[in-house]
Amino acid sequence: MKAIISIELYKIFRRPRTYIAFGAIAALIMVIQLGLKMDGQSYAGFLMKDINDTLTVDGKVLNGYLICYILLQLLLVHVPLLVALIAADMISGEANLGTLRLLFTTPYSRTQWVLGKFIAASIYTIVLLIWLAFLALFVSMWIFGTDDLFLMKSNYVVLIQEQDVLWRYVGAFVFASFSLLTVTSLGFLMSSLANNSIGPIVGTMSAIVFFTILSTLNIPLFSVIKPYLFTTHMNNWKEFFDIKVNENNEAVFGTILNMAKIKTSLIVLTLHIILFVTASVFITKRKDILS
Amino acid sequence: MPVIQVHQLSKHFGALKAVNQLSFNVNEGEVFGFLGQNGSGKSTTIRMLLSLIHPTSGHIELFGKPLQSHRTQILEEIGAIIERPDLYPYLTAQEHLQLFAKLRSKKIGKEDIHNTLQKVGLLDRSKDKVQTFSLGMKQRLGIAIALVHNPSLIILDEPTNGLDPQGITDIRTLIQQLAKEEGKTVLVSSHLLSEIEQMATQIMIIHKGEKVAEGPIQKLLDPNKMIVHIKTTNDAHAVQVILSGSFSNYLMQRTDGIYLSIPTYEIPLLNQSLVNAGVGLIGLESRNALEDYFLQVTSNSN
Repeated sequence: MKAIISIELYKIFRRPRTYIAFGAIAALIMVIQLGLKMDGQSYAGFLMKDINDTLTVDGKVLNGYLICYILLQLLLVHVPLLVALIAADMISGEANLGTLRLLFTTPYSRTQWVLGKFIAASIYTIVLLIWLAFLALFVSMWIFGTDDLFLMKSNYVVLIQEQDVLWRYVGAFVFASFSLLTVTSLGFLMSSLANNSIGPIVGTMSAIVFFTILSTLNIPLFSVIKPYLFTTHMNNWKEFFDIKVNENNEAVFGTILNMAKIKTSLIVLTLHIILFVTASVFITKRKDILS
Repeated sequence: MPVIQVHQLSKHFGALKAVNQLSFNVNEGEVFGFLGQNGSGKSTTIRMLLSLIHPTSGHIELFGKPLQSHRTQILEEIGAIIERPDLYPYLTAQEHLQLFAKLRSKKIGKEDIHNTLQKVGLLDRSKDKVQTFSLGMKQRLGIAIALVHNPSLIILDEPTNGLDPQGITDIRTLIQQLAKEEGKTVLVSSHLLSEIEQMATQIMIIHKGEKVAEGPIQKLLDPNKMIVHIKTTNDAHAVQVILSGSFSNYLMQRTDGIYLSIPTYEIPLLNQSLVNAGVGLIGLESRNALEDYFLQVTSNSN
């Protein structure tokens, strides 16, 4: 299994396609960071226009922590599409190239191959997320500095002390890794069903878009299935930035308002990963390699 | 001891019987030629031997062990190429061998990789990416991947595809060497029947998924029976003469001339009959080759 993972990682990182995602993330983040650096004050003014009359905010609102939050809100919707580029190609790409025959005539079972490939694709996903975290969080902290994190929610504001922020980002990125691994496993399932790369990539992206729409639509009919859709839970990394308040409405250091929601989401995402990977193994094992 | 034992093997795709009740054995050290027209079931059989396709029914044993229950152990001892040399275009020849060497339990060092590349004539291109390779070079690399772990059974499906005449000779020599000098068992399929004729010790011909002939080449090709190819100025007249005489049972007409499968002693008589009937004879060529035998057995079973 170690050999499979190592050669799969070698192949992933020798392919030019792999670096599209790294390049795209870097380009997007740099453009946003540059824009906010040049004209960040107007953006901050726009954000706070509704509360300027009732609140006086001191300090650096537009700091590295807020920039990272803005970036994650924008990017964690799109990164799954970049993950799908690699994950959905892992089995079908080899079938299309004809190399699946070579792999499946080596002394390893198909289960080992599917699991090895999934682990390699998961490592790629995690590396991509670390790259995103490095650029979005650490580079933003370096460019914009740090201060308390001031967030505008739909009908309230959250103020988190500077010392209370970093661990929340660690939690958010760990949570995001589960979300992205769910996408990886979905891409994998699609990949096991096809013999060409384009179908599974488009299929995975379409499934994400379709279920995201179902998750966000407030129609009673869909409310029944919403809790079971992975897309409903993928964005719950934001829960790390909702903080408990005391009787004086002051934020309580080191707390999370709705930890149960995070746990439920992690369980749902994990179950989806297990379901998708198990289905991929089952399909690949039964498949006749004809191409 | 047979290295490959196939018993009543079948693979059906819906109503199509791609392979039907096929049985054969391949003994240790043999070069076993596997012949059949396109779509006859050769590749399906080879894929079943390599567990790429699940058989509908039947039993496969390799090295005396059932494939189904000892798959991993068996595949450790097999090197194979299947139809086309499909490789990773973004990797070099050397990287291919390094990656596939990692997948074997045997320790395969740099020297083994170097020797394998030398064996297939790719040493000077070992650092080049496969996307720059010709089809023939890819085929050589496919063979190198099959050989790098020094397997005892080599399964080659159309190994001379895309090779130039020199490449075909090299691969033929390599296969013969592997069997004679290293004692490897080789199962080779090819559409180039003359190639099989030159390297195989045993052949099997399948047609529409069923075995139509099997045995040592010398036995299958009856020395007392020849294939005669006749070229005339008027083929219709010649066919009329053949049908009206005692040669009608031997006729196997083809689009590019008249062919007869005929006992050797009847050939002078045939010649004389045609001349006597006034047929303008341009040429009468007799030979005893695998290609003709192949056409004979496959046309008989149509």
